[in-house]
Amino acid sequence: MKEIKEKHAFLMRWTHWVNFPVLSVMIWSGIFIYWANDAYGISIFGVTFIKFFPEWFYNYFHVPQRLAEGMAYHFLFMWFFFINGLLYIIYTIFSGAWRELIPQKKSFKEAWLVLLHDLHIRKTVPPQNKYNAAQRIAYSAIIVMGFGSVITGLAIYKPVQFYWLCWLCGGYHFARIIHFTLTIGYVLFFLIHIVQVALAGWNNFRSVISGFEVVDHGSKITEENNTEDGKTH
Amino acid sequence: MEKPIKEKVKMPLTVEQKIKRRNFISFTTFLALGGGAFAGWKWLLHSPEEIPGVTGGAKAPLRRALNKTELFFRNFFSNGHLAKTYPKERAAKKVRINSLIGIEDDESFDEKNWKLEVKISPLQSIKIGIEEIKALPKTELIFDFKCVEGWDQIQHWGGVRLSDFLTHFKLDGLAENNYMGLETPNGAYYVGLERDSVLHPQTILAYEMNGQPITAAHGAPLRLIIPVKYGIKNLKRIGLMSFSNSRPHDYWAEQGYDYYSGL
Repeated sequence: MKEIKEKHAFLMRWTHWVNFPVLSVMIWSGIFIYWANDAYGISIFGVTFIKFFPEWFYNYFHVPQRLAEGMAYHFLFMWFFFINGLLYIIYTIFSGAWRELIPQKKSFKEAWLVLLHDLHIRKTVPPQNKYNAAQRIAYSAIIVMGFGSVITGLAIYKPVQFYWLCWLCGGYHFARIIHFTLTIGYVLFFLIHIVQVALAGWNNFRSVISGFEVVDHGSKITEENNTEDGKTH
Repeated sequence: MEKPIKEKVKMPLTVEQKIKRRNFISFTTFLALGGGAFAGWKWLLHSPEEIPGVTGGAKAPLRRALNKTELFFRNFFSNGHLAKTYPKERAAKKVRINSLIGIEDDESFDEKNWKLEVKISPLQSIKIGIEEIKALPKTELIFDFKCVEGWDQIQHWGGVRLSDFLTHFKLDGLAENNYMGLETPNGAYYVGLERDSVLHPQTILAYEMNGQPITAAHGAPLRLIIPVKYGIKNLKRIGLMSFSNSRPHDYWAEQGYDYYSGL
């Protein structure tokens, strides 16, 4: 027999789907801003392995010479990003949904088992619940990251008026580095998230749109019984 | 006569039906909202550019947003909030030059004949020589100069605090206006500054850099150093100063940048 099991509240779904395009616009416009002083890369012993970003990347996405435009979009969509994130945090705190979200002591050990299972190294399925241990860590971390983006963003945006924020972020330079690194983090999160969602399947994906999952309790047996009894669904 | 009430037989929904119904409602809503958001985004992307005036070059809705955001963040402005200062040793010896608009395009400029022109009424101006300005108490400032492009540099500037200058030349009444406008002598570069930032204690009219007279490329004989703004507002080689209650024209605000550009 099939059963409807409520999973995600409306506000969780709303903020999730608002955040996706808003964050995309923030990253897109952020790259326009970053381009004007693209100082970052990854070097080890003076050898540069990755330059953020290579010319082909800028050209492909039509990035050059769009600083003013980037700032204009960034400083509009920052409001949506902030308000939407705030809405999610307030909802999560007051609804009690945080209980199923924030990592527990055992989560860090369990997350390791989730990773081994996902990589097909270990067969035992770790406890899932609403979120498994790895999800608890990832989804809590992404909220902390969002908070970090707002704080470091404000520190770079108004370093004189919010001098204390700038100090808190380790100064103007470091704040910009964190702001940039968090963005790279979002992109990596997004890639893993997409793969995991695809692997988790339709029932899981649907729950973030319709809010529920369908649980099937020994469907085969019931169906057989039903046919014998001549009942219809 | 009363019509007989039609008997309505309402069967309770099966789980399967409930699933279908809820799927239908949520997916339709999802697609409708998603489509709406996409249409809204397309609208913004193709929205017309603002009508050029004091500001220009930005899409009209984005300019409105910039102006609203300015009003919000001006609530946090305070003369008590100071840009961080540094010891002299930290100041760059080689000070970056990013733009020469209003300087390299003015071949007839002669520093010896320079005087600062201050418009005190639509028809009247006063002229102030560099010696009169240098006679005022000197303020030194070593701070992190920030460019709108994203780079910054610790620089050492010396000059007269703008608010001291205004008081000394009895311009403080005029400075009650909402805005101050500054222009290069040839009028090629120009900025507008709101009163709060003009009167900020770290805003100076600089004539020295690293303890030496400013060079031409850095805006000799007199330039603006305003740490509460991006570099684009730090006008070099001031020729004309004026006051108004509406926004004066501004070189980079005409090219799509935020008028306020405050830090």
